[in-house]
Amino acid sequence: MTGERRWLDRPLVQLTLVRYREFYREPEAIFWVFIFPVLLTAGLGLAFRSRAPERTPVALVAQSAADTALAAGLAREDGLKVRPMTDSAATRALRTGDVAVVVVRTSSGVVYRYDPERPDAREARLRADEVVQRTAGRADPVPASEHPVREAGARYVDFVVPGLLGMNLMGSGIWGIGFAIVDARRKHLLKRLVATPMSRTQFLASFVLSRLTFLVIEVALLLGFAALVFGVPLRGSPALLAGVCLLSALAFASLGLLLAARPRTVEGVSGIMNLVMLPMWIFSGVFFSSARFPDAVQPVIKALPLTAVIDALRATMLRGAGLAQVLPELGVITAWLVLSFALAVRLFRWR
Amino acid sequence: MPGASCPLLIRQLRKSYGDVVAVDGIDLEIRPGECFGLLGPNGAGKTTTIEICEGLTPPDAGEVVLLGRRWGRDDRVLRELLGISLQETQFSEKLTVTETIQLFRSFYRRGPAPATVIDLVQLGEKAGARVGQLSGGQRQRLALACALVGDPELLFLDEPTTGLDPQSRRQLWELIEGFRAGGRSILLTTHYMEEAERLCDRVAIMDHGRVIAQGTPRELIASLGAEHVLEFAVADGAALDRAALATVAGIGPLGRQDGTWRVQVAELHQAMPALLGELRRQGAQLSELRTHSATLEDVFVSLTGRQLRDG
Repeated sequence: MTGERRWLDRPLVQLTLVRYREFYREPEAIFWVFIFPVLLTAGLGLAFRSRAPERTPVALVAQSAADTALAAGLAREDGLKVRPMTDSAATRALRTGDVAVVVVRTSSGVVYRYDPERPDAREARLRADEVVQRTAGRADPVPASEHPVREAGARYVDFVVPGLLGMNLMGSGIWGIGFAIVDARRKHLLKRLVATPMSRTQFLASFVLSRLTFLVIEVALLLGFAALVFGVPLRGSPALLAGVCLLSALAFASLGLLLAARPRTVEGVSGIMNLVMLPMWIFSGVFFSSARFPDAVQPVIKALPLTAVIDALRATMLRGAGLAQVLPELGVITAWLVLSFALAVRLFRWR
Repeated sequence: MPGASCPLLIRQLRKSYGDVVAVDGIDLEIRPGECFGLLGPNGAGKTTTIEICEGLTPPDAGEVVLLGRRWGRDDRVLRELLGISLQETQFSEKLTVTETIQLFRSFYRRGPAPATVIDLVQLGEKAGARVGQLSGGQRQRLALACALVGDPELLFLDEPTTGLDPQSRRQLWELIEGFRAGGRSILLTTHYMEEAERLCDRVAIMDHGRVIAQGTPRELIASLGAEHVLEFAVADGAALDRAALATVAGIGPLGRQDGTWRVQVAELHQAMPALLGELRRQGAQLSELRTHSATLEDVFVSLTGRQLRDG
């Protein structure tokens, strides 16, 4: 029986198969890794989609029938939604925020009642005044025309998709590996495995290998969805994007191995994983730009692996950056990869 | 190679965890084809000893020679030659029996086909079932199968039947007897004396990290010098005149634990009437009376004054 072995009987193949089987036989894992990010993208994309400019509600307190021309003019104005009201009703509506501006037509002219600290109220007042003056016969001395520009890549959904992709790479790398390893340690399975001639390197490699397979599905699903449904662009080279994803997945897999190197209980490793990931969810610019944080902490934020991953993804996808422009980020990611893996191998508790 | 004919040789083995001495200088030697049992209560040092032999725990001092080889020098070879069943290993519940065996089989250069091992441990009907659906006894047989996939020369079984119902236990015993008949050397630990008596050619009784007796089960029981054990209790735990009882002809030293008196006797038909006569003379009212043939349990009790299962 010492002859040539079938490739399927090789330990690395068997170990990797175990990773697949454990994964696809756990429906919840499939949901969290593959479906949830797509749902999150859909939700955020819909919530922050670009809409036609909102119409600001305005109350018109008219004195006489002669004001119908003014009411019609206000109704035609794009940014306004006009409601005829009595004076007292208008005052109430202004106080509760139901209308932004109250336009009162008096015999001598027009009075605007509004809160000048509200930008929408200021804008509505300008628009209303424009209508009032034109209705009264004012003409523009300089003719003006408009060309509206709506660019894919500048919307919130374009900003958030690379963020979600980075967050997902981190989450599935750290969760997927951390729980599986600590669970095997808790069940004494790790100890049983090292009592066989199994190579420890191949055991750890099987986690990384299986991660890379899932990575392809994960990235294709999320980016495919974002491109098809929201038209999120990919301006840089697909090869560079694939490279960034691959390197990031390896770095987070190593970080997962490091976090799972010591703990004996699932509770213990959950705590550690949350402690490590929570700051990155907040500071690394998943949902809003990390530039909003003070300059003093920027060097720390830039050194976080997730910041580097998301910055590199955004540069490649949205700005069409080439390899040279994302080199600093790739350097940070590689440093995390090498340091985490080296430490994980040193610290790993096999029994 | 010196000691190559001896599957396992242990000399002056020591291991402490902090202040706790787990193994306190033990010597053992297993002969080829022998099933050797480490018998003792929980915490006696059995598992530490077997895990040192398995190369999972480094000893503080002492020598372990397995099949003429040593840990630290011949690890790769040894891993191929040993079959191991640990206490409380939980295999992945989402894999099937066949998948689990295939995984373990892939680690070894040689060995039987997975299906052969599955039949050997009588899990053929469960080959396609998930591990999560197996009963306790079936899981133990799976653990045994994983120990056998490399066709080992030396088998380590740490408490192979702990926590099983009597029927599953007997089924496992039959399997282990089968391996022994196949000529493999086996080291097993247990705190069940029936298990040691039935499976083991020789037994070492351990307590507090030491070997307190060693020999075949028959030799150890014979060393008691009495074939029977007599246990009795008196109503309301009334006090007895111990000195007078001790003078009864044909009985060994008296022991008392939890209100039950215990005494070894060589000739039951002579000692029993004499003892009952003395109890009647003292006016004691018997609430319990039992006799049984002496077992390894009685050997342990006579050596330590404690019951095996009390720890």
